[in-house]
Amino acid sequence: MYSKKVKLRFVFIVVFLTLIALTTFTVLKVLKDNVVYFKSPSEINLLSEISNKKIRVGGMVKKDSVMMNNNKINFIITDFKNELYVTFSGTVPNLFEEEKGVVAEGFLNDKKFLVADKILAKHDENYMPPEVKKSLGE
Amino acid sequence: MIISQLGYYSLIFGLLTSIFIFFNSSIQLKKNNLVISDKTTGLIGFQFFFVFISFISLIYSFIISDFSNETVYNNSHTTKPLFYKITGTWGNHEGSLLLWLLVLTGVLLGFIFKSRNEPNNYRLLTTLFHQIIVIGFFIFVLKTSNPFNEIFPVQTEGLGLNPILQDPALGIHPPILYLGYVGTSIIFSAALASMISNYVNKSWAKNIKFWILFSWIFLTGGILLGSIWAYYELGWGGFWFWDPVENVSLMPWLSLTALLHCIVTLEKRELFKKWTIVLCIITFALSMVGTFLVRSGILNSVHTFANDPSRGIYILTFLLVLVLLSFVIFIIYENKNFTQKSEIFTLSKETAVLINNWFILYFLSVVLIGTIYPIFLDVILDEQISVGPPFYNKLILPFLIPFVLFMSIGPSMKWIKTNFKFGAKSFFVIVFTMVLSFFTVYFIGEKNIFILLLFIGFFYLLLKSLDQLREKTKNFAQIFSHTGFSLLLISILLNSFSSREIVKNIQVGESFTLKNEKIIFKKIAIEKEKNYESIVGFFEILDDKNTIINLQPEIRIYNEPEMATSEASIKTTLFKDRFITINIIKDQNFFNVRYQHKPFMIWIWISTLIIMLGGMFAIFRKNKEVNI
Repeated sequence: MYSKKVKLRFVFIVVFLTLIALTTFTVLKVLKDNVVYFKSPSEINLLSEISNKKIRVGGMVKKDSVMMNNNKINFIITDFKNELYVTFSGTVPNLFEEEKGVVAEGFLNDKKFLVADKILAKHDENYMPPEVKKSLGE
Repeated sequence: MIISQLGYYSLIFGLLTSIFIFFNSSIQLKKNNLVISDKTTGLIGFQFFFVFISFISLIYSFIISDFSNETVYNNSHTTKPLFYKITGTWGNHEGSLLLWLLVLTGVLLGFIFKSRNEPNNYRLLTTLFHQIIVIGFFIFVLKTSNPFNEIFPVQTEGLGLNPILQDPALGIHPPILYLGYVGTSIIFSAALASMISNYVNKSWAKNIKFWILFSWIFLTGGILLGSIWAYYELGWGGFWFWDPVENVSLMPWLSLTALLHCIVTLEKRELFKKWTIVLCIITFALSMVGTFLVRSGILNSVHTFANDPSRGIYILTFLLVLVLLSFVIFIIYENKNFTQKSEIFTLSKETAVLINNWFILYFLSVVLIGTIYPIFLDVILDEQISVGPPFYNKLILPFLIPFVLFMSIGPSMKWIKTNFKFGAKSFFVIVFTMVLSFFTVYFIGEKNIFILLLFIGFFYLLLKSLDQLREKTKNFAQIFSHTGFSLLLISILLNSFSSREIVKNIQVGESFTLKNEKIIFKKIAIEKEKNYESIVGFFEILDDKNTIINLQPEIRIYNEPEMATSEASIKTTLFKDRFITINIIKDQNFFNVRYQHKPFMIWIWISTLIIMLGGMFAIFRKNKEVNI
């Protein structure tokens, strides 16, 4: 027979491991539901279906594409192969400009249309989000 | 020119001194000397002095705009105000590492002075381990990030400092943060030393507690400054974005907080010896991980000054060596020295501390996973993702409720065994909490049971802490921090649920409304300053009582480097911040105006200060009985 102390320790370890496993599972599940994927307009074009999850799109702001009114800013993100229309009502970062890199975050209406709720700020003129660098480099 | 040379050779001398101290202390250890010779203390002083000279030389080069120095050339400009010339010293990779080195050698000197009454082999071993870190960083600075590189031909003008770094809060943010961040190094060295010298006991706890508090206070302050800066300078009106760069400062803070609670248990009851040592190691490892992530260019942020893979690889290798070293030492000495009473779970302060540590460790893991996972995925699968606030909210918020409940009753517990009495007062506190929470939830118009539970938890902690604050027997410093923490949680919750904002694209003369307020765009003016031009927007806010509030947000166009920044205009009152920013898009006629109500903003800053002050009380009231 095992002593009482050993039994207690065994129970403790089992409970502890179960808790850890449960926590890990929950964390990973929540993580999976909450990641935002980054895509270029061309990658979006290849999607078989439009998910209702948040997405980030990066590329260049197309020349002469910015249109503003009181409530909205519309523009086109291009990676020089495919284009995506973006509509946005919010603040733009200081370095938002035509023919400059941009990352927009929001929901896709269809493969050509993004309703953005955030446009990401760049920190200085030399800085380009890694995603943009990647999608422009391809 | 000569000053740069002086700085450089001073660094070399510093490195040589380190190597000398390393061997010297090994020899002394073998001899089993009973006293640390004045020579060793003197050498540690010299080492600090050399780094200090080097640091001063760099500051001087920045002040006189010595553009023969590459670091100065890359990060300064003659038109910059003096204050930003000085703060520009650490506003770049090379300079900030020199600051790192300065703090690293400084804390050792401080440690040697403060530990005069401790056993000698413990002090020598700490010096020895600390020198390994110091030497590692000396080589890192000299090999990959020399701040004194010369350029030829000498340039007449520098490239300037990133304008968003030209800000008072951010000027002093790095030194304050580093005192905390790098301060954890001495905890690491001392933990390894105490293990080998069989000194993990009450007096060690007393000795190292000062340094834990020291790092914790400065780290809190550094995070606060960074957060305030992000609030007004990035122009977003938020104060925490779960950005990886913020997370890497939060992680050591969390483990320091856990450690702070543990060390007191060790001091009073000689419990959790192994666990305390592990936490000491984790804390410094996390601060190295942060340095690696920020400096390697893996994360992109304002902190990433230049992408140089060799730097990242060096820090990562060095980090692994240190972790491996501490691991080996831990394995060898684990069972030799730790005679420990077996831990029994009773209703006691020990158990409360243990529960506190489990929760904090859980929060830490969540932050760690959220920070590391995207990097991992990028490296392994070449897939770009980001993890946003919902991830952290979902995993952290629900656990905050039990956490604050334990936090409320923990301080009332006694060591070994507690008998709880449920009296009239406890009943009154609960009733009052309920009333307050229901009222608040009703007031902000959130009909969500989860929000209500959060408020109940937070208000309960506040009321319990205030109650404990009145009792003279309890530890004032700790309860003071706890009160601050409950205020912080309440302010954040209120802030996030009753913030309102509106974004409009308008021209001069137009107006718009938010709730009962009318916002009128009166006019713009151009102002010229030494190193920037600014477009100032004049706004008038008419509130429901027809009081006029004037706000003047700016767009600054800096000349060196040429770059625009938005300067928010904020009107702070006790219960609400009014926050406005303007932006322009090239070739467009509209101003992009964002107007926000940010309730209880000032309370977020104040409560963080209260948390910090609690730590200071703990240090200054050390002679009186300090308990956690």
